[in-house]
Amino acid sequence: MNKAFTLATVALTSLLTSFGPGVPGTTVTPDADNAGLKLPSGFGALVATEGLGHARHLTVTPEGDLYVKVEGTRNKGNTIWYLQDTNGDGKIDNKTSFFKYDGTGIEVKGNYLYASSNTDVYRFKLNNKHQVMDTSKAEVIVTGLINRHQHEAKAFKLDNDGNLYVNIGAYSNSCQTKDRTKGSLGMQPCPVLDSAGGIWQFKADKLNQTYGDGVRYATGLRNVVGLDWNTQLNQLFVMQHGRDQLHDLFPDIYDEKQSAELPAECMYALHKGSDCGWPYIYYDQFQHKKILAPEYGGDGKKTGGDHIQDPAAAYPGHMAPNDMLFYTGNMFPEKYRNGAFIAFHGSWNRAPEPQKGYFVVFQPFKDGKPAGDWEVFAEGFAGPGEIKSPGQAQHRPCGLAQGPDGSLYVSDDVKGTVYRIIYKK
Amino acid sequence: MLLMSVAGVGMAQTKSKTAGKANGNTAGKATGSTAGNTASIARGKVLYQNICLACHQADGSGVPRMNPPLIRTSFVLGDKTKLITILLKGLNDDVEIEGEYYSNPMPPQAQLKDEEIADVLTFVRNSFGNKASAIKPAEVKAVRAKIK
Repeated sequence: MNKAFTLATVALTSLLTSFGPGVPGTTVTPDADNAGLKLPSGFGALVATEGLGHARHLTVTPEGDLYVKVEGTRNKGNTIWYLQDTNGDGKIDNKTSFFKYDGTGIEVKGNYLYASSNTDVYRFKLNNKHQVMDTSKAEVIVTGLINRHQHEAKAFKLDNDGNLYVNIGAYSNSCQTKDRTKGSLGMQPCPVLDSAGGIWQFKADKLNQTYGDGVRYATGLRNVVGLDWNTQLNQLFVMQHGRDQLHDLFPDIYDEKQSAELPAECMYALHKGSDCGWPYIYYDQFQHKKILAPEYGGDGKKTGGDHIQDPAAAYPGHMAPNDMLFYTGNMFPEKYRNGAFIAFHGSWNRAPEPQKGYFVVFQPFKDGKPAGDWEVFAEGFAGPGEIKSPGQAQHRPCGLAQGPDGSLYVSDDVKGTVYRIIYKK
Repeated sequence: MLLMSVAGVGMAQTKSKTAGKANGNTAGKATGSTAGNTASIARGKVLYQNICLACHQADGSGVPRMNPPLIRTSFVLGDKTKLITILLKGLNDDVEIEGEYYSNPMPPQAQLKDEEIADVLTFVRNSFGNKASAIKPAEVKAVRAKIK
């Protein structure tokens, strides 16, 4: 797979760079098969590019160029792609790569490109075309965050006031004394929460920050990969990856079917000081209650955590929300504006039940709150047939980004495909 | 430390492929399908479903970049002592298999009896396209005594 990271030697045809995607009058058309996706009426999709490796989050510049973060090279290959569509046909025709660290997060903010490894957040200075000026010069913004082989991706987002919000995932499933061990009870209090299991806030422009420089902005979040700053509300929204293995660990309380559905994957609207309850409680989307975790004396019915924040919305278990995006573009119909797209990477912890997810959903919003049921927006990433184990999925949606023309980009971390979804009107 | 050598990142793609095939072939001849093995595999299947399946999946394919696959890898088909050690001590390190890295920690399974570990490993070594010799309770016992 290192082959995929060999620096592309596409000659830069600088004469053509005056055209770009998102420029009015360009002719971006869907692929004949809509890139294999099933979409609502009026939408189409094309493969913008493929073969990028394990493509995680992505970000689009005001010029319509893409930066895509890649993981899984163990620092042996380049992990940021810079992608251009120089002739405006929607297909990427110029790509270069740089940066050596695995990880998930990437965002262009102002004149900087931010990108994370599994322990640090870096940034690169951009020129007035939002191109990295010197790919060998990464400034260290945050360093030394915990990475213990579980929930290690440091997904992040920036607000408009110079703050950086970094997920530090829990290095544990449910804070058992013995992690993922049948019957082992929860540690009280859970020591993981001191340095992980939450969102930490740092300054976006201060170098070499670590725990002592940051603020634990929100706690009780097991792991967050998908998050977005809602500019309308000026508020951070996150999607939590809920805990695994209720049946395996507590078979007397949960059967396999319950364990496949529970707990809900939850959306939270955060504020400073939010506590979302992990590991002490989880949210049961059928009972519509916060339920005491079995590690802490729960029996599947006892409620807990009265002081814990309620989720803004709840989704079926284990679907793995790996990105969320508030749509602010003008291309899609009005109902999509200020609502949230969520990329569900797809489950593994439903086995032996069939897996679920592997799609992008739309969550309608009204007056700053989820309003109405979520709906499947784009599916077909995984290929035909039922998915029994995640290795069968041909593609898995992971990152979301909005183009300057209002296109929705979706990355795939199986084969490194970048999809571009457009509305045909 | 033993675990480090098991999970060492130096294992090249080609090496692990070759090792897997070689072991599978030679072990296949040695094993046959004796009645003893059949019974052990049947018991191991139940244990696999109850303990291993959630992470390693029904088809042994694991979870991409999280939980390692158990299909034709040198971890499963190679050195029995290393394999038994992984079950007894768990694994909390990067594992490389054919150029992909797997990082989710595996909890120790030392609470299982020697026979149970032998059964589940014999099942895994003879499922998902694998073909390798059985693991005997005495072999588990010997490894357990050594690492205590």
